[in-house]
Amino acid sequence: MSIKLTVNGASRELDVDPDMPLLWAIRDHLELSGTKFGCGMALCGACTVHIDGAPTRSCITPVSAVDGKSITTIEGLATAAGKAVQEAWVALDVPQCGYCQSGQIMSAAALLAGNPKPSDADIDAAMAGNICRCATYVRIRSAIHQAAGALAAPQSKGA
Amino acid sequence: MYLRHREDGGPGRTTGLNRRQFLELTTLAGTGLTLGVLLPGCSPAGTGTGAGTVAGPSAPLEMPFVRIAPDNTVTVISKHLEAGQGVWTGLPAIVAEELDASWEQMRVESAPAKVPMYGNLAMGGKVQLTGGSTATANSWQQLREAGATARAMLVAAAAQQWKVPAAEVTVSEGVVAHGPSGHKASFGELAGGAAQQPVPTQVKLKDPASFKIIGREHLPRLDARAKSTGTQQYAIDVRLPGMMTAVVMRPPRFGGKVKSFDAAGSRAVPGVVDVVEIPRGVAVVARDMYSAKKGREALKVSWDESAAEKRGTTQILKEYRELARGKQALIAAQSGDANQALAHAVHRVEGEFEFPYLAHATMEPLTAVCSLGANQCEIWAGCQFQTLDQATAATILGLKPEQVTIHTLAAGGTFGRRATPDSDYVSEVASIVKATGGKYPVRLIWTREDDITGGRYRPLNYHRVEAGIDKDGKVAWRQRLVGQSIIGGTPFEAMMMKNGLDPTAVGGNAAEEYDLDHTHVSWTRPKVGVPVLWWRSVENTHTAYSKEVMIDELAQAAGKDPVAFRLAYLGKHPRHVAALKLAAEKAGWDQPFAKQGGRGRGIAVHESFGTVVAQVAEVTVVGDHLTVDRVVCAVDCGIAVTPDVVRAQMQSAIGYGLSAALSGKITLTDGHVDQTNFHQYTVLRLPDMPRTIEVYIVPSTNAPSGVGEPGTPPIAPAVANAVRDATGVKLHTLPFDLSAARRAHA
Repeated sequence: MSIKLTVNGASRELDVDPDMPLLWAIRDHLELSGTKFGCGMALCGACTVHIDGAPTRSCITPVSAVDGKSITTIEGLATAAGKAVQEAWVALDVPQCGYCQSGQIMSAAALLAGNPKPSDADIDAAMAGNICRCATYVRIRSAIHQAAGALAAPQSKGA
Repeated sequence: MYLRHREDGGPGRTTGLNRRQFLELTTLAGTGLTLGVLLPGCSPAGTGTGAGTVAGPSAPLEMPFVRIAPDNTVTVISKHLEAGQGVWTGLPAIVAEELDASWEQMRVESAPAKVPMYGNLAMGGKVQLTGGSTATANSWQQLREAGATARAMLVAAAAQQWKVPAAEVTVSEGVVAHGPSGHKASFGELAGGAAQQPVPTQVKLKDPASFKIIGREHLPRLDARAKSTGTQQYAIDVRLPGMMTAVVMRPPRFGGKVKSFDAAGSRAVPGVVDVVEIPRGVAVVARDMYSAKKGREALKVSWDESAAEKRGTTQILKEYRELARGKQALIAAQSGDANQALAHAVHRVEGEFEFPYLAHATMEPLTAVCSLGANQCEIWAGCQFQTLDQATAATILGLKPEQVTIHTLAAGGTFGRRATPDSDYVSEVASIVKATGGKYPVRLIWTREDDITGGRYRPLNYHRVEAGIDKDGKVAWRQRLVGQSIIGGTPFEAMMMKNGLDPTAVGGNAAEEYDLDHTHVSWTRPKVGVPVLWWRSVENTHTAYSKEVMIDELAQAAGKDPVAFRLAYLGKHPRHVAALKLAAEKAGWDQPFAKQGGRGRGIAVHESFGTVVAQVAEVTVVGDHLTVDRVVCAVDCGIAVTPDVVRAQMQSAIGYGLSAALSGKITLTDGHVDQTNFHQYTVLRLPDMPRTIEVYIVPSTNAPSGVGEPGTPPIAPAVANAVRDATGVKLHTLPFDLSAARRAHA
């Protein structure tokens, strides 16, 4: 079965088992390695990608469900919110081992896209599905607030 | 400034390479003192500088730990695994300081597997490994000298080129200059000339008072951007032409073996290319991970479980309780007369402590890639024990160790898991490559289920403690620990175990950490078939807990303040005192603490791996629900090379330790592990992280000690003591279950 989808703005075609999780199609067939395998059961969030803008666990999403959809992975994250999140991540040295951070960043970017000024409770709710065994959570919280501040600053308007 | 001769091994534990070893390692046969070719596999430019040739102006300066390239980058060769703990920032900082480089020009890469060049000097120097929070400590002198040596050679090259006295040449922020003549050059411009200079026999190391990079409040991590853009490469990301992906079906009970298997179903799965038996199970090899997993689901294996562990953890714990009352034990510490003193104690407390098996659950599951060529093999993995992994793979593949090239990649966490004395997952990938004849490179991936059910746990432990205090304030402490040995039966046994006593089972107990008059600490080693391993801070995960909880209960029984009580027994531990006082001061310990609404606070202090950490935890308990609101942490790790990494490691260790305290637990039923993934082996998530974690670093001029592990031990007892302060409930069983604890101690 051939599945047509848009990945990071480019049209791609996948000729794989329709039950194959999007995660493994992205990693093994589209050869984009930024999206990570952590659990395979949508429990840890390391595999988070955006499907038509919505944060989604690619490890339990079969490729048959994304025919005709637009997928964004960490490699293609280019929204203002996404860039602000990544810059805040670097500025605050959020990553330690770094393995979960693609998923953390995709979740955080989606949060800010829909809620430009999240409260701590909003952050708790949006980020509870992303596990970080290095427990960089204190900095994740700070970096999301910092990214929100950067997005609200005048020079970022319209970016 | 002071002079340090190369043959001086430096202070404390670090011994460094002596002059002869240094030259052996750093010179190419026949080229005298030219630092040209040093690192096979790392030195693309070096092979042209044979005997008699002169490195051109665009050549790099290449040394075992530093490469200065014509493009003006300075690359530090890290002999240690970066697994999040920050060595890819801390080690370059040490070099950059002595080199007077600018931070922006610093780069880092992993060293190849090569001893003694890259041996861990804290472990005798013959084995390349990362562990025991030793990376910074054992590299400190070595990398300062490496930086100072490179600096001296850049200065010598500049002096020669400009025909000025070397003593007048200055280096600052990556620029070499001669003031009187106005000459200036970058490191890159001088690298080729520096490579032609003799290696200095003496190098000047800086006076720590003049450090500019070491100790800088925020030195950006060198790996932050790659890890924020999805470009950092881990073993799981390696792609080689023709590479296949393998998963392994392992015995359902520890100690089981393959009796027979039927691969027909697996082979019928599209994409599956091979099904092979290896010593640790049956491997399914396929074109991609999806097919490999499908193939494994269709695999039928019959197991020989005659030697398998068939007990459950309830049974094992019951046996531990009985062993704790038996006579068979080894003495870990003994002083005074604990029995007599306990009999005459004015105040007495006792406790039985239970600690479950714990999985490390690194975010990147174990992964390794192996490619076999003619008389050589390459392995890509987040290797933590390069020397052992290399030797193990060589043995399996019939090669010499030097024919096995190890590419150490960033690891998606380890917490000790990737350091297995028998190289478990590396041996698996080598075995698969052997069984498939090296037809294609193989990438082995453990699923999360493989990881959680795969053993190598922090050992289940049972402690029985009795402590008392007499009318003169003298403390008696009697403790029995029952728990498996981690290093017994491994290559480390001969090096680390004396008279059968495993320090990784009993270290960090009260007799070591407090000045107590009467102590009797003993250990019983049970026989259990569940494989165990070091888990972030090793034995201190449990010894610190029973120590700090019982000391706190003893203080309470004696009607003393927990801080003042501890200070009375720390006369011989000035660094404990300093950390404890700093944490207490910053937490406002002497200020009134409002306990309304179920609030409480507790403190704990513990030394591990040469670093002392004290933590104050503030909690709120509503019903049986516990929230950790604030943690104040004080750490003495000697000179803090990269203070922000120290803070990050304390935050991380607090989260890791709290995760275990709140919910970490592996149980077995009839030898089968009950948990398989994060829905059953639950770990700390963002909403449960304390809102506030403050980290304060005790000022120090001592050489650095490690920070990867020592933040873990104090958090669980600090929180337990806070819960007791809030509710009176004693938490002696981990993970915390307030409801059960209320019933147990009612």
